[in-house]
Amino acid sequence: MKKPKVGFFEFTCCEGCQLTVLSLGDKLLDLFESVDIVNFREASSYKGQDYEIAFIEGSVSTSKDIERVREIRKNAKICVALGACAHLGGVNVIRNFHNQADVRWRTYGDKAWLFDSILAQPIDAVIKVDYVIPGCPIDKKEFLRFAASLLLGKKPFVPDYPVCVECKMKGNVCLFHKPNPIACMGPVTRAGCGAACPSVGNACEGCRGLIPDLNLSAWEDVLKEYGIPTEDILRFYRMYNGLMGVK
Amino acid sequence: MSGKDIHVDVHHIARVEGHGNILVDVKSGELKEVKLEIVESPRFFEAMLVNRRFSEAVHITSRICGICAISHTNASLKAIEDALGIRPTWQTETLRRILTAAEIIDSHALHYFFLAAPDFVGASSVIPLASTSPDVVKTAIRFKKLAHDICDTIAGRHTHPISMVVDGFTNLITEDQMLELLPKIKEVLENDVPKTVEFFSKLKIPQLERKTDNVCLTHPDEYAFYDGMIKSSETGEYKHRDYKLKIAEHVVDHSTAKHAFGPVKPYMVGALSRFNNNSDQLMPRAKEVAEKLGLQAPSYNPYQITLAQIVESVHCLESAIELIEELLSRGIKDEREERPPVAGWATKLPQVKKSWGVGIAEAPRGLLVHEYKFNEDGLIESANCIIPTAQNLANIEADMKKLVPEILDRPREEITLLLEMLVRAYDPCISCSTHMLKVDFIE
Repeated sequence: MKKPKVGFFEFTCCEGCQLTVLSLGDKLLDLFESVDIVNFREASSYKGQDYEIAFIEGSVSTSKDIERVREIRKNAKICVALGACAHLGGVNVIRNFHNQADVRWRTYGDKAWLFDSILAQPIDAVIKVDYVIPGCPIDKKEFLRFAASLLLGKKPFVPDYPVCVECKMKGNVCLFHKPNPIACMGPVTRAGCGAACPSVGNACEGCRGLIPDLNLSAWEDVLKEYGIPTEDILRFYRMYNGLMGVK
Repeated sequence: MSGKDIHVDVHHIARVEGHGNILVDVKSGELKEVKLEIVESPRFFEAMLVNRRFSEAVHITSRICGICAISHTNASLKAIEDALGIRPTWQTETLRRILTAAEIIDSHALHYFFLAAPDFVGASSVIPLASTSPDVVKTAIRFKKLAHDICDTIAGRHTHPISMVVDGFTNLITEDQMLELLPKIKEVLENDVPKTVEFFSKLKIPQLERKTDNVCLTHPDEYAFYDGMIKSSETGEYKHRDYKLKIAEHVVDHSTAKHAFGPVKPYMVGALSRFNNNSDQLMPRAKEVAEKLGLQAPSYNPYQITLAQIVESVHCLESAIELIEELLSRGIKDEREERPPVAGWATKLPQVKKSWGVGIAEAPRGLLVHEYKFNEDGLIESANCIIPTAQNLANIEADMKKLVPEILDRPREEITLLLEMLVRAYDPCISCSTHMLKVDFIE
């Protein structure tokens, strides 16, 4: 079998998803053997433009980003959004809900005009995305499953049931039912992470995006029962789902 | 030295975290301009934090960086706890220290094996190394896997930690889990450290000497990562809340990462500065490794940062063992009922008054500061995050100014490589500070 040529690219993000790939352990060597990585700036100074599959991390947040992501789309047969920033805009979207002049001033003062910046957007706002690997960061096992499917020419599986399903299957006590209840987005968030956060006692913050056919008002009613005011609920959505992308 | 014109323009430096360019302009043998341009898209974390609740800051700020997520979490938690007047328990702080050691091991190993080593063996990346030097790559993978096992056990994962919250952990770590980690750490220390030292002791480290101000944390009882006073080798010690006396950030036109420098400028932060200021407090094996690698304090050769990182990794392995053994001898307690940890989205949060706090911690690349001001509703009014790479930028430019005239007679490929290696030695994390290389020469 001919090895497919793969490129990794990053836009506005923390590069944690690519680092997750570099942290695959022994499986990283298997990955190096099964694909031909021609472009991976984080790990390599060699830069080929002949990739077929592009893994794109990060959100689009400057006008130059728009040009660059369109260029990648032109070169690649398959574009994969890698992680929450590419998929949903990620935490970068938090600033979209602020006054943009104030945002720039707070960081760069009177030099703010020097820097190119537009509202943060997921990459599918600009290009057609073929597949999404959700999460902040991506999950190692899910990435490997995804890569195996892609190599076998199969459509990768991403669940469309909520995190609660995986959480219950693990036998966790619901965070809402603990002595010190914690608000959790598990009921409305796409599963696939193995309920990573609730399993260690902390809230699901919705990093994998919302499920289709969801009942948001029922979830909001639960939060209100716990006395959580609307502005807190809004901030909760605006960790990862400010753009309310049901994808 | 020839009277030639050299123009180096390295666009998007490879094997660093983030995007940056190197610009060097030499006319008739005279250095006109040296710049390290940071062209990473601005991220505006300080603005994102405004109007978020105090408890939400931790999981937002850990997203500043995929590789130093634990350090950002430490600085963020410490700033919040400083504002709220909370001093976490010994167990909580010890677990944070173990996580910090794991992050240093992971981040340093990523740098010296995956990002820096290819330069010394003439490879473009670690990918060809996997077939030419499989043992080295496997050793690297074992270092990283160990660090991830530690973080997965204690905090749910490394990027981004889940269970680290204000005043504790949301999960209960068991003694059995900690016992399982011990032999894994010892194995890396016994088997992989000697191989690493052998590989790196044979490499030819480039020469450059430029005395600079070394800035890092210092603590009377330990080689400081998690806690301590800010120490400058030139200007003395500072309390955390007085950080501005030493560190001031300013915006320069060619960088989306703000440059930071204090009254004595520029200065260096990171592994070599910590080694220079605190090497007496290293664990015994780490001291032995420093000697084998020929690293002596004070070292003013920035190319030796990579060696200091190896020494620190060994120290962190030893200190992780020591901390886990102490934790086990005291016994791990479930402190969550007595002292409920403050999860970000807890339905009942403590009342927060108008207050401010500063959290300082050592990240793998150096001193990290988070400062938050809270209003009377417990919402963040303003935030300031000072990142290690931002502090090093002025120092890297000063090094480049010293280096370029010394190597002007070399072929241009070599000049470019030495400049790239210099930038990479600092292990810059530009995604943090707010990305880095193509080379064009005009002669």
